[in-house]
Amino acid sequence: MAVLTLERKPLTFAERTYLPQIFGGLKTTFAHLVRKKQTLEYPEHRPAIPPGYRGVPTLVMDPNGREKCVSCQLCEFVCPPKAIRITPGEISPDAPNSHVEKAPQAFEIDMLRCIYCGLCQEVCPEEAIFLQNQFSMSGYTRAEMVHDKARLYELGGTLPDKHLKWDHKKAAAAHGNAH
Amino acid sequence: MATELKFPDSAAKAAGAEQEFSPEQMSLSMGPSHPSTHGVLRLQLELDGEIVIKCDPVVGYLHRGDEKIAENMTYNQFVPYTDRLDYLAPLANNMAYAIAVERLVKLEVPARCQAIRVLTAEMARISSHLMGLGAFGLDVGAWTVLVHSLNQREHLYKLFEELTGARFTTSYTRIGGVSRDVPAGWLDRVGAFCDQFLPALEEILALLTRNKIFLDRTVGVGVITKADAIAYGITGPNLRGSGIALDLRKDKPYSGYEQYEFDVPVGTKGDSYDRYLVRGEEMRQSVRIVRQIIKNFPGGDWFARDARKIFAPPKDKILSSMEELIQNFMLVTEGPQMPAGEVYFEAENPKGILGFYVVSKGGGVPWRLKIRSPSFCNLSILPKICVGCLISDVVTLLGSLDFVMGECDR
Repeated sequence: MAVLTLERKPLTFAERTYLPQIFGGLKTTFAHLVRKKQTLEYPEHRPAIPPGYRGVPTLVMDPNGREKCVSCQLCEFVCPPKAIRITPGEISPDAPNSHVEKAPQAFEIDMLRCIYCGLCQEVCPEEAIFLQNQFSMSGYTRAEMVHDKARLYELGGTLPDKHLKWDHKKAAAAHGNAH
Repeated sequence: MATELKFPDSAAKAAGAEQEFSPEQMSLSMGPSHPSTHGVLRLQLELDGEIVIKCDPVVGYLHRGDEKIAENMTYNQFVPYTDRLDYLAPLANNMAYAIAVERLVKLEVPARCQAIRVLTAEMARISSHLMGLGAFGLDVGAWTVLVHSLNQREHLYKLFEELTGARFTTSYTRIGGVSRDVPAGWLDRVGAFCDQFLPALEEILALLTRNKIFLDRTVGVGVITKADAIAYGITGPNLRGSGIALDLRKDKPYSGYEQYEFDVPVGTKGDSYDRYLVRGEEMRQSVRIVRQIIKNFPGGDWFARDARKIFAPPKDKILSSMEELIQNFMLVTEGPQMPAGEVYFEAENPKGILGFYVVSKGGGVPWRLKIRSPSFCNLSILPKICVGCLISDVVTLLGSLDFVMGECDR
């Protein structure tokens, strides 16, 4: 096993006078003075957010404007701080997407409890819940910080969908091979 | 009835003058919101003038009952809670927890997953030590060190953010793998970080290593002898500072640490200065490990593909196939399926040995989860080494022990 014993040399006379340290420290300071600036003037300049960032959780629609959530309540179950509350509801039989059958009647995320862990997004079988780029949330009241369904869709918007699984399902049912 | 008034007898008072003016003990409560106690540690000090004669650490202000919480959720749901143990090195905690649970089911993750975990754990070690050194410098009056070390830590956080999606609470590992693969070009950026970090580290350390003021504050202060270090269960850089070369990465290699070449730095005297030197050198060694991993980064899977009852199927499959969809529902609601049994695993974390003792009665929820936190054990020596110190040395001691209360109180 490679063990490295750290040496300790006593200070030399020059070092005991503290002068070399002062000049060394000044050298460091002046060297940094002319280097590239490391800070950001925050509210005016925003940091670049990498893709896959775990910001505010939102609900998204598919490109056809259909709400993706089918209120399976898996995110509600997995959420470690129990920040999500879903009331499942039915889709009316007249609606074009009535074959999906279920949609959330109410969907609330308590942003005072949310820990931005991203487990909801990870487990969602419909890619309906997404953690997006926004990282600073604030409000004047506690009630304001509980995001309801309308607010969640407003924050989420529309995201591209690779699978469009319910549209495929409907098309398959129309051809008589639903399963 | 008239109150009887008593007046002190001046003659008697003069006779007892010596006793009256002899130094008195003073009790002083340091913390829980004192800047040098690094969180919410409270020290109940008994002082004789400026000399500490008794020190009583009071812990538990940050107690959240993590061990009990773990019993009420599946193994994967507990991962975000491990971030909040040693919150200066969450990636290392994530890894220790995941390996502990995987040992329960004797699951070996693929080489690529192991390499990612070791890589992130070593980066977490650098980031934790940077904060440790910076705060230590700050405690003894060297403000510049913190500024430069936080700047370097910021570079690391940018990399963590890109990899895991969060700067601080990474929640990166899952049982049987990690939450996502490394993004394209990320390894090159880690390499670039290493290249600029080593000169920057030398610059930071040069501010302290031969600084007379720093040496005056740290040399010979808070000496932990070898025997004491072992008796009190001190681990990590604090133990190695006392000259004992115990490093689980070498002694009981896990997650493929045996493939990498690195040295274990040890101190000679066991004082605060030695603990500082050990941390500085450990960062250089971590960079060595990181570079070796980047050079030979294994390909293949980044999660255990054959562990179908443990790791969730790929997202594409969940969205398109019925079997995988059901499997996903089962995994989330029932948890990763573990056999009955118990396991203890400890990992060499930046702060010392972090151990997880998991008892399972089968199924996806632990029956009991015990966390052995290094900060708690390292703090236990405080009442011993504080005695006889000046009160200003207590600040040095706290800085040199480099503990995190989130982990200590858990």
